[in-house]
Amino acid sequence: MILDSLLPAAASTYAGDIDRLFDVITVLVMIPFTIACFLFFSFILKFKAKDGVKALYITGTEHRYMKWIHRAHFPILTFDLIIVVMAINVWYDVKQDLPEMESEVRVIAQQWAWTFVHPGADNTMGTADDITKVNELHVSTGTLYHYKLEALDVLHNFSVPVFRLKQDAIPGRVITGWFEPTVTGEYDIQCAEICGIGHGLMPARIHISSPEAYSAWVERESAAALARAMGESKSIELAGN
Amino acid sequence: MAESIPVEENGHHAGDHRDHGHHEMSFSEKYIFPLDHKMIAMQYMFTGMFMALIGGFFAYAFRMQLAFPGIEVPGWGVVSPADYNSLVTNHGTIMIFWVAMPVLIAAFGNYLIPLMIGADDMVFPKINRLSYQVFLLSAIVILSAFFVEGGAFGGAWTAYPPLSTKAEYSLTGLGSTLWITAVFLEFVAFLLGGINFITTCMNSRAPGMKMWDIPMVVWMIVIASILFMLSVGPLLAGGIMMLFDQNLGTAFFDPDKGGDPILWQHLFWFFGHPEVYVVLLPAVGIVADVMTTFSRKKLFGYKTVLYTAIGTGVLSFTVWAHHQFIAGIDPRMANVFTVTTLLISVPIAEMMFVYIATLYGGSITLTTPMLWALAFIFEFLIGGITGIFLGASGNDIYMHDTYFVLAHFHYTFYPIAIIGTYAGFTYWFPKMFGRMMNDTLGKLHFWLTIIPFNGIFLPLFVLGAAGQHRRIYDYQNFPELALPWMQDMRQFATVMLLIMLGAQVLFFYNVITSWMSGEKAPKNPWKANSLEWTADSPPPHGNWPEGLPNCYRGPYEYSHPDREEDYWPQNEPA
Ligand code: HEM
Ligand SMILES: [Cu+2]
Ligand SMILES: [Cu+2]
Repeated sequence: MILDSLLPAAASTYAGDIDRLFDVITVLVMIPFTIACFLFFSFILKFKAKDGVKALYITGTEHRYMKWIHRAHFPILTFDLIIVVMAINVWYDVKQDLPEMESEVRVIAQQWAWTFVHPGADNTMGTADDITKVNELHVSTGTLYHYKLEALDVLHNFSVPVFRLKQDAIPGRVITGWFEPTVTGEYDIQCAEICGIGHGLMPARIHISSPEAYSAWVERESAAALARAMGESKSIELAGN
Repeated sequence: MAESIPVEENGHHAGDHRDHGHHEMSFSEKYIFPLDHKMIAMQYMFTGMFMALIGGFFAYAFRMQLAFPGIEVPGWGVVSPADYNSLVTNHGTIMIFWVAMPVLIAAFGNYLIPLMIGADDMVFPKINRLSYQVFLLSAIVILSAFFVEGGAFGGAWTAYPPLSTKAEYSLTGLGSTLWITAVFLEFVAFLLGGINFITTCMNSRAPGMKMWDIPMVVWMIVIASILFMLSVGPLLAGGIMMLFDQNLGTAFFDPDKGGDPILWQHLFWFFGHPEVYVVLLPAVGIVADVMTTFSRKKLFGYKTVLYTAIGTGVLSFTVWAHHQFIAGIDPRMANVFTVTTLLISVPIAEMMFVYIATLYGGSITLTTPMLWALAFIFEFLIGGITGIFLGASGNDIYMHDTYFVLAHFHYTFYPIAIIGTYAGFTYWFPKMFGRMMNDTLGKLHFWLTIIPFNGIFLPLFVLGAAGQHRRIYDYQNFPELALPWMQDMRQFATVMLLIMLGAQVLFFYNVITSWMSGEKAPKNPWKANSLEWTADSPPPHGNWPEGLPNCYRGPYEYSHPDREEDYWPQNEPA
C-alpha cells in the first residue's frame, strides 16, 4: 500500500505484520476523522450568522438529538475492537510468544556503544570462539535468533527500524526477544531511549548476509577469536611461570 | 449561599464583599502580594507566558541544530550534545509544568471561578497567594539550573533513572537536583491552588446557582484539580525517592543495590498520563464557553460533556503503562493497557462530536476567540486519532519514541496549551483589561500561528514513520536518517517554527497597544450569559461592590425561542 512507502524497508519476518497493522489503523481512523472534518467545516460554512436569522434552540438532551451521538459509538467501538484484536495478535507474536531459536546473540548496551557477542562456529554462546564486535551486529537471513539484551549503566533501547523491533535494555536484567531477518543488507541500529550526552552518538549497524556468506564470516572470525583466546591463555601460562 | 464562609483575612467574611476596597491599598499590596483572585490570576498568566517564551526559545535553539547541524544559533551559540539534551528536557518540562498548568488551571481558574459563580473571591485568599509564591519560587529554581556547574538536567522530562539519579551518568549533579526540586515545588503550589478551586466552587456559588448551572470551564477546572490531586501523590513520593537517591545514597531506583529503575516509570506515568487530561479539560471548558457564545447556541448535551470529561478522567488512571509497552516489563500487561487505552477513544470522540453538534443550526461569527476555539477542535482531532496508533501495542513496538510520537503529542499539547490559552485570553481580554483587542491583528496572529504550527508538525509524522527517533541531536550520524529529503523536511519544519515564533510578536504588540489605548470595553461585549459579564470591565476588588448577583438559570441559554434577544443572562430574573 501507499502508506507503507512512508516506512523504511522491511527486513524481518514480522515487519510485514506491523506494517499491515499500521495500514489498517490508518484506514480505520481516517473514516471517523473524515466524517468529523466534513461535518465540522460544513457546519461552519452553512451556519454563518445572517441578519435576522436566529440560531436553533437545541438542548441536545432529547433522544432525537442524542441518538446521533450514541449511534457514533457503534462504529467507533467496532473499529476499536478490530484494532485491539489485531494489535494484540501482532504483539503476541513479536513480544509474548518466544519461538524456538536457531542461533542467538548477546546485545550489551552501555554509554555510548553497543557490544554484540555472536556464537562462533559451534553456534554455542559462552565458548572460546565467540565473536565480539563493537557497533556491528552480524546475522544471516532465514535464521531465527534470540537476542539477550543487557545494559551496563543506564536505560538504552535496542532499535532496529528495518526489523520493526524495539526493546528497552535495563541495567540488572537480561531481556530475551527474537527476530528472523529476511533480506540481506546493511542497516541502522539506533538507541531509542535517552541515555546521556552521547545518546545521539550511539549508532551501530546491522549486517545481514546470506547463510553462505554468514558462515564464511563466522568461520573466519571465530578462528581469529580462537587464536586470540589461545594466545591469551598462552600468555597467562607464560606469566604464571 | 445562605451561610457565609468565615475567612481570616482582616476579619472579613467571604460574603462581606462590600468591605473590599474600603482602604487604599499600597502598590505592593495590590500588585506584588495581592489577595485578589484576579491579580493572582494575572501573576500566573504573565509568569506562564514568560515561561512559554523561554520554552519556545529552547525549541528554536534545538530545532535550529536539527535543521542546520553545527551552526552557531543566534542567541544561543553552537548547540552541543549536552546542550541539546538539557534544552529538550527543559523545553518539555517547562511547557507542561510552567506553561500549560499555570496558565490553563491557575490563571484561568483563579480569574474565572469566583467571577463565573458569582463570588467575591476565593475561599482561602492567603493560600491562593502562597500558591503563586511557591510557584514563582519553583520557576526560579528550574531556570537557575542553567547557571550552575555542570549545567541543567538533560535526562528528558520523564527523568528515567539511573540516568537521572547518578551524577556520573548524567554529568549534571546539581542540575538534576534542582530539576526535581523545582518539579516538586511546582506540585506543592498546585496542590495549594487546587484546594481553593474545589472549595470555592462547592461553597461560594451565587444564590440560586445549582450544580448544573455552573459554566463548563469552571466545571472542567474543578474536575482537573481533582484529577491532579488524585494522581500527584505517587509522583511526589517518587520525587522524594529521587532526591534521596541523588543526594543521600539510597537506592530506590538503583539496580546495583537492589532498587528498580522501572518503579519510577510507574510512579511517573501514573501521574503523567492523567496530567494530559488535567491540562486538556480546562481547554475543553474554555472552548465550550467561546463556541456557545459565538454560535449563539446552547451547548449540545451539557451533562454529556460533563460525563465524558469525568469518564476520560477516570479512564486516564488505567492507561499509564502504554508508555511502557517496550520498557521491559511483563509483556502480558500490554494487552490490558491496549484495551483501556483504546477505550478512551469512546468518551473523547463523544466529546468532539458534541462540540461539532453544537455548531449545528448556529449563528456563527468568526471572531478571533472563535477562530481559536474552532482550531482547537480541528487540531485536537488530529492529535486524538494519531494516539490510536500508539495505544495499539503491536504498532507501538515500531512507533515508540519516534517523531511520530512527538508529532502526536504536540498535536494534543499545542492545541491545549497554546490554542486553548489564546481562545480564552482573547475572549476574556475585555473583562480582564477593560479594553477591546484589535480584531484584525488578532486574526493575522491567528493565521500566522496556525498555518506554521501544522507546517512544523505534519512533516514530523512523516519523519517519525520513516524511523526518526527522538532526542538525537544530529541525524548525520545515522545514514538512513541523513537522507537529503529528510534534512529538507527538518529545515522546512524549522523555518515554519521561525515564522510562528515571529508571529507571537504580533500578539504581544496587540496586547500592549489594546491594553493602553484599545476601545473601551462595555460590561458584556459579546452578549454572553455567564455572571462574569455582569461585573464591571475590569471588575474591582470584590467583583461586585454593589451586591453579588443572583443566578436563575444555566449559562448556555442562547437563542431561546421565548425571548426576543438571543441571549438570557444567568442573573436576569425570568
Ligand atoms: C513552540 C512550538 C514547539 C516546537 C517547535 C516544539 C518542538 C519540539 C521538539 C522538536 C521536541 C523533541 C526534541 C527531541 O526529542 O529531540 C519537543 C519535545 C517536547 N515538547 Fe515541544 N515543541 C513546541 C511546543 C510545545 C508545547 C506547547 C508543549 C506542551 C505544552 C511541548 C511539549 C514537549 C514535550 C513534553 C517534549 C518532550 C521533551 C523530552 O523529550 O523530554 N512542546 N518539542
Ligand atoms: Cu543508548
Ligand atoms: Cu540512547
